[in-house]
Order: sequence, then structure tokens, then C-alpha cells
Amino acid sequence: MRHYIKRFSAATKTNVFTYLLVIVSFATAQILQGAGVMSSSLKGQLVPICAYIVMAVSLNLTVGILGELSLGHAGFMSVGAFAGVVAAVSLENIVVIPEVRLALAIIVGAVFAALAGILIGIPVLRLRGDYLAIVTLAFGEIISNIINCLYVGLDSRGLHISVLTSANALGLDPSGQVIINGPVGASGTDKISSFTAGFILILITLVIVQNLIRSRTGRAILAVRDNRISAESVGINITKYKMIAFVVSAALAGAAGVLFALNINTIVPTKFNFNMSILILVFVVLGGLGNIWGSIIAAAVLTVLPEALRGFNNYRMLVYAIVLILIMLLTNSNQIKSFLSRMQSQSPAKGAEKV
Amino acid sequence: MSITKTKLVPIPSKNMIPERDVTKPPILECRSLGIDFGGLTAVNDFNLAIGRTEIAGLIGPNGAGKTTVFNLLTKVYQPTRGVILMDGLDTLDKTTVQLSKMGIARTFQNIRLFANLSVGDNVKIGLHNQMKYGTLSGILRLPAYWKQEKFARDRVRELLSIFDMQDLVDEQAGSLPYGAQRRLEIVRALATNPTLLLLDEPAAGMNPSETAELMENIVRIRDMFQIAVFLIEHDMKLVMGICEGICVVNFGCVIAKGTPDEIRNNPEVIKAYLGERKHA
Repeated sequence: MRHYIKRFSAATKTNVFTYLLVIVSFATAQILQGAGVMSSSLKGQLVPICAYIVMAVSLNLTVGILGELSLGHAGFMSVGAFAGVVAAVSLENIVVIPEVRLALAIIVGAVFAALAGILIGIPVLRLRGDYLAIVTLAFGEIISNIINCLYVGLDSRGLHISVLTSANALGLDPSGQVIINGPVGASGTDKISSFTAGFILILITLVIVQNLIRSRTGRAILAVRDNRISAESVGINITKYKMIAFVVSAALAGAAGVLFALNINTIVPTKFNFNMSILILVFVVLGGLGNIWGSIIAAAVLTVLPEALRGFNNYRMLVYAIVLILIMLLTNSNQIKSFLSRMQSQSPAKGAEKV
Repeated sequence: MSITKTKLVPIPSKNMIPERDVTKPPILECRSLGIDFGGLTAVNDFNLAIGRTEIAGLIGPNGAGKTTVFNLLTKVYQPTRGVILMDGLDTLDKTTVQLSKMGIARTFQNIRLFANLSVGDNVKIGLHNQMKYGTLSGILRLPAYWKQEKFARDRVRELLSIFDMQDLVDEQAGSLPYGAQRRLEIVRALATNPTLLLLDEPAAGMNPSETAELMENIVRIRDMFQIAVFLIEHDMKLVMGICEGICVVNFGCVIAKGTPDEIRNNPEVIKAYLGERKHA
């Protein structure tokens, strides 16, 4: 029995460390904000950082835990963002409390992104190899183009949707309001996201992802990643568990999208392009495949970095690239590796973090 | 070790199974099984029955099609011809996953563990279909999760103790010594609660004392779980020592079937293994 207690605590330690990391960072940020020492540009970054962290953790579920490459994670973010904006605007007069409205919008965004995930997953997850990467890459582009010609309006008669025309084709009442205006996107929405909401969303994401990994379902997902032939031989339905991981990942990306979109006045479909997908993938790879707290740190640091490098003016992105390369070299150096493995032998669980 | 000389008797399909199992239908029966890969016939007219508590062996020279037979039984490949009956049920249209649920478990010639996961998690993954809680119970940590996880922890320890491996539960599976990895694969297969255990070269890479221990353990597992074991092995000491019925294949065809004594003296088998005897 002793061994199980030891093992249990090793797994729990990593999880607790991750929660602590988030809680302490949140508290520090709140204190800095309260003391007035935080720069306004960093203040503006707080909610996007939360959204990116949720994105990175959710993509890690697909790439690190399931072991399938997804190149269209921003597509799910986009689906969630615009579904969430429509929900938030529609509920403006029904649900008065902004926090509740935000929560409802996040749920709607997550559901729509999950549906998109199911739609993509049904044909693709039956296949082996790089098909998921190819299809999600296309999906990201397709979604941004669909929303580019999508018009949604709200008036006293309810929601109006039109494709490939213009906002006039919606035939709104004089009192009506255009929510999504094709390439112009959604503008003039209430900024109801907050840092606290982002913090709570990160915590919920962590509970979902970490509990999922340490359950029967999560072990089946890890089994599929490690050796699909023996996973099948012990009776694990590969497509089903790939689907669960992928859809949960998509739903969380959708939720992050809502948080992101309701933090700014104007959100355009082209914001969620291929570059955004790659940016999230960089967070995941740099933080370590399968390593949840690594994703969190990478997402936070790499979101702040471009702002912090503003002093370099035109050479900003050049320096950013050099920093990326340096981080990669550093995390691959033997000294750092042996240091990390010493840390790992003390706290986190093995396996899930090694790919 | 309690190896008694077993007599093989025919069942209606003319296949042979041990006398003590004859009152019940065989756990596995293959009739005229065959598979072609393009123009190449890898297995042809393969007939075999395995009794419910039989330890059966499958031997033959390299490339004879032994592992292909295992892959057919577990539906990694779909047979081109013939019938496989598992516990009397036709397995046509069944998938690997369904056959696992019907009671077939296997190990692999080249070890296929979940190398990055712990020993305990490897066995727990074997228990996958014995555990009954869903994804939501897992995420929300509902009572079903705690109850089933406790069952799994206890069961893992119980199963690992068959090979006295319960102290290795936290070790990473890929870092175990070779022999322990082979044993862990057997434990993982047993975790699926099988009625037929397929072992693909279980003694490969083992030294003579490890092999002797493995022989004892295979017999012990059969007696403990009252299951059938079907094994591929090149180590004749193991095959002749514990198998009750032996099936010899060469070039995808069954060339002989029978008890160890019959096989040892079968001229066809001697020819397949040693080549034609030159007469002076």
C-alpha cells in the first residue's frame, strides 16, 4: 500500500504545483496592479495571457497527451469567439449581471467549438499519420473565410443570419443591431472579460485537463499515444479516445476564444489565422510536450516578451526569434536537462511529461 | 511443476484437444483459416482447436507464418478464407477491440509496452474494460471514480504479485530490464481478464534459469485463472516441457499436430527443421 501512497502523492505534487503556480501568479499580478507599479501595456495583456494559457494547455492535450499534431487550434478559438460574442450580445438585456453573461457566453462558445471539433474529428481521427495536421490546417483557414462572409444581426424578432451578402441583407428592424459584420468582424461589444474571469477559466481548464489525464479515459489516451497496437489489443477503442481528447481540447479553445473576444471592442476573423495557431503551438513545444505547467509559463512569458522588447523598435521580432532559439538551446542543454530530471525525481510524475 | 502427460482426443471437427477439456466446446477453433498478402499466401488451410485449459504451442521455422496466425486470431489482419470461432462464436466482422472483450489477450514478439508510463499504469490500462466509470466521472471525481480507482490499485498489485513485481509499480515500464518487460506484458494481458492468452515468444532473450521460471509461471497462470494459453516459441525445452498440444507450421501450412512425443518423432517436422536426411 505504501507504494501507492507514494505514487499518488508524486502525481498530486505536479498537479498541486501547477495550481499553485497559477494562483501565486494571479495574486502577484493583483498586488502589482493594486500598488500601481504595473505598466498599462502589461495590464492590457493580462486577459490575453489568460486566454493564451488556456489555448496552450488545451492544445497540449491534443499534441502532447494524445500525440496528434493540430495546426488549426486558432480555428476553434475563432468559432468560440464569434459564437460567444453573439451569445453575449443576445443576452445583454436578458442577463443583466455581466459576470453571468460572460459565463454563459463562454459555455456557448465552448459548445460551438466542441461541435466543430466533432465535425472535424469524425472523418479524420479514424486515420493514422499526419492527416489531422493537414485537415486542421485547412480548417483554420476555412473558418476564418466563412466568418469573413458571415453576417449576424439581432432585432426585436430575434437573430438573423446571412451568408455571402452584406449587413443590409439581414433586413433588421430600425432598432436592430449588427453583431457580426463580415470582414469587419464584431465591433462595439461590451468588454465584459476580466482578469479574474480569466484566472477562473484557467483553473477550470486545469481541473478538466489534469483530472482527465489521471483517469481511466486519460490513461487510454496516453496508451493510444504510446502504442496504438497494444492499446487496441487490450480493448481500447482508439477512435473514441482520440475523439474525446480532441473535442475537449477544441471546447477549451472555444472558451478561451470567448474570453479573448469579450476583452476587446472589435474582433476581426483574420485575427485567428495560421500565425495564431503556430504561436500557440510554439508555446506548447517550448513548454514541453505533455508538460502542463511548462505550457502555462511559456504562454505567459512569450506573450509578454514582444511588449518587453519594445525598446528594440524595428528589431523587436528579430530579438524575439533569437530569444526563442536561446530558450530551445538552453532547455536542450545537458546541464539543464539533468537539473530538471533531478527536480522531476523529487516532484512531478514521470511519463506524461516525457515524449 | 505439475505437467502430466495429456492425451489428445478428437472433437467433431476432427481437431484435437486435451481429454479433460472435451466435455466443453473448445475456447478457440480455426477452420481452414488462410490469408493472402497480394499474391503471397502467408497462411493456408490452418486448422486448430484449443481446449479451455490447454497449453498449446505453435512452432515452425522462421517465416513460417506463426505471428501471422496470432495477428489473424486478434484481427490485426482480416483472414482471406476460413472461420475463427472464439468460444463457439464466429469472429467474422469483429475488430481487435471486440475480440479483447470476447476474451483474447496477447503479448508481442517485439515488446510493445507503454514505455513512457509507469508499470502500474500499464496494468491499469489493461484493466480498462474492467473499470466502468465514464469521462465525466473522471473529470468531476465522482464517487464512481474513487471506488473504481481503488479497485484498480488493488487489482494491479494482485496481478503484479504473480511475478513478484509489486514493488516495481512506480517504475517507468521502458526502463525495466528485458525479462521484467516481458513479464509485465503478460501481466497487462492478464489484466484484461482473458479466457485465451496468446504469448508470442515469451522466452525470447531469456537465460535458461529465467526460462525455467517462466515455464513454471505459465503453468501457474493457467491453473490459477483456468484459462487456455497458446504460445509461439523457439525454445524447444519450453515447448516440449509445458505444451500439451503442439501445432507445427511451415510455409503457412500445418505440417503436424499432436502431443510433444508425437511431434518429436514426426518425420515431417524433423525435415522442416533439419532438412532432408541424406542417405548414404
